[in-house]
Amino acid sequence: MKKELLNILKRNCRLTCDEIAVMLGTTAEEVEEAMKELDEKGVILAYNALIDWEKVDEEIVTAYIEVKVTPQRGQGYDKVAERIYKYPQVTACCLMSGGFDLFVVVEGKTMKEVALFVAEKLAPIESVLSCATHFVLKKYKENNVVFNGYHKDDREAVVL
Amino acid sequence: MSISRIRGLIKKNILDTPPSGIRKYFDLINEMKGAISLGIGEPDFETPWTIREEGIYSLEKGRTHYSSNAGFIELREEISRYMERKFGLKYDPRDEILVTVGGSEAIDIAVRTFAGPGDEVIVPEPSFVAYKGCVMFTGAKPVTIELKAENRFRLKPEQVLEAITERTRAIIIGYPNNPTGATMDYEDYAALVEVLKDKDIVVISDELYAELTYHGKHVSIARFPEMKYKTIVINGFSKAFAMTGWRIGFVCCNAEILEQMKKIHQYALMCSPTTAQYAAIEALRNGDDEVRRMTDEYNRRRLVMVDGLRKAGLDCFEPVGAFYVFPDITSTGLSSDSFCERLLMEEKVLMVPGNAFGACGEGFVRATYATSIENIREALTRIARFVERVKNEKK
Repeated sequence: MKKELLNILKRNCRLTCDEIAVMLGTTAEEVEEAMKELDEKGVILAYNALIDWEKVDEEIVTAYIEVKVTPQRGQGYDKVAERIYKYPQVTACCLMSGGFDLFVVVEGKTMKEVALFVAEKLAPIESVLSCATHFVLKKYKENNVVFNGYHKDDREAVVL
Repeated sequence: MSISRIRGLIKKNILDTPPSGIRKYFDLINEMKGAISLGIGEPDFETPWTIREEGIYSLEKGRTHYSSNAGFIELREEISRYMERKFGLKYDPRDEILVTVGGSEAIDIAVRTFAGPGDEVIVPEPSFVAYKGCVMFTGAKPVTIELKAENRFRLKPEQVLEAITERTRAIIIGYPNNPTGATMDYEDYAALVEVLKDKDIVVISDELYAELTYHGKHVSIARFPEMKYKTIVINGFSKAFAMTGWRIGFVCCNAEILEQMKKIHQYALMCSPTTAQYAAIEALRNGDDEVRRMTDEYNRRRLVMVDGLRKAGLDCFEPVGAFYVFPDITSTGLSSDSFCERLLMEEKVLMVPGNAFGACGEGFVRATYATSIENIREALTRIARFVERVKNEKK
């Protein structure tokens, strides 16, 4: 049941416990209980809205940064990753296979702000060897959702 | 020089066939703001992208010609594999499968192959409106059977036995059923087969909603060896693969029957749209995951819809197939028509009166859950408010 619950929440976390209970053939109390448990265990980490900021008067600049680092003895990449992801400007950070080590997503109000963050905070970290910054120009799809993908239901209103 | 001079030439059985009649609701809802339609008998999902893309590629490559009358052999081979994989039915792609212009054409040519003036075709109701129409166009007489809520809208052998006369040529069964959402399982068919196996009657089995079965697996009556040679299985891509607008379906049956049906198809339609055929090949090769994703979603909505209607105070048989619910509205004291009309005018929610699917559908309404959960939630709130109001009026 938990897996199915997670699948449901992943798509739409605004369903009520009653609705989810009906979908899972259980009671709202049990759903609530299960969600609480999943929260406490750190399985469910957050319930976020996916927002198209372009549509509000709020400029947000996003950069995807390829970071090469020297792993540290005994701590591998985790220590340096932690130093990086602790900055609130960093919205995502992953260890990668391939041509670079850490994939870091940085958000800021302007390009300059992001560039300065990279130059002043990220690049000078001791084990960071290099940073390649790529600015996002347009988002097409995120979390399975297409930006500007909404279109009106144009089906005939009655079909037998 | 006036149309009235030739009006008399129009065949009586065409004139006598009523149009699928809910036009008035259609006109009403089109002028309404904020209305929610639960009257749409098609998926709200778009055709999965990989399928659409194959259609586009075929156009880009200039594949814009006719296919063989029966449809591309690659597609028929895929259909053959699909029918075996999903439903355990074996058909030879060379001469037992015909690709049609939707399930609708398949129903039409199947009926036309067997029925004409003086013949009878058994049509259990409530059911898809085209069955009766197709029979009437041939000049044959549709003999209806009343499916009952207490039988969970399953077809009972004794009902069939009662309806059979020496003029009976065929029986049309459609499970999972539109509009009730009922299905038939193996035991139900086994009982039915007992009365049909010795009769020289063709079974036209419309299985368009086969993939949308929520309890257990879909069973086809053609699974019974004593029925297979005289069963025409109709299936298609519209519902399972969300491909309604592509107009593509297929028929599987005995080669000798198919050869005759194919003639009608050949002369009336040549072949089904080839863009759709290329897309359909992709659907069968790589569409299973998408079908599952959509079916899972329908299932969740189904449960919410049934639960909501029951909480609103309507008796609701639990549908286990297709994407319809068929609640009983007699407790409101309203007829199907006035229930639907008032619900639309007062709460801007559209459902289809059950009697649109046969006289015995009176007292029921059909609602589809092929719409977003947000729409369903809002519609259920409005329906509950409406039912309460109507019941209070009655007191």
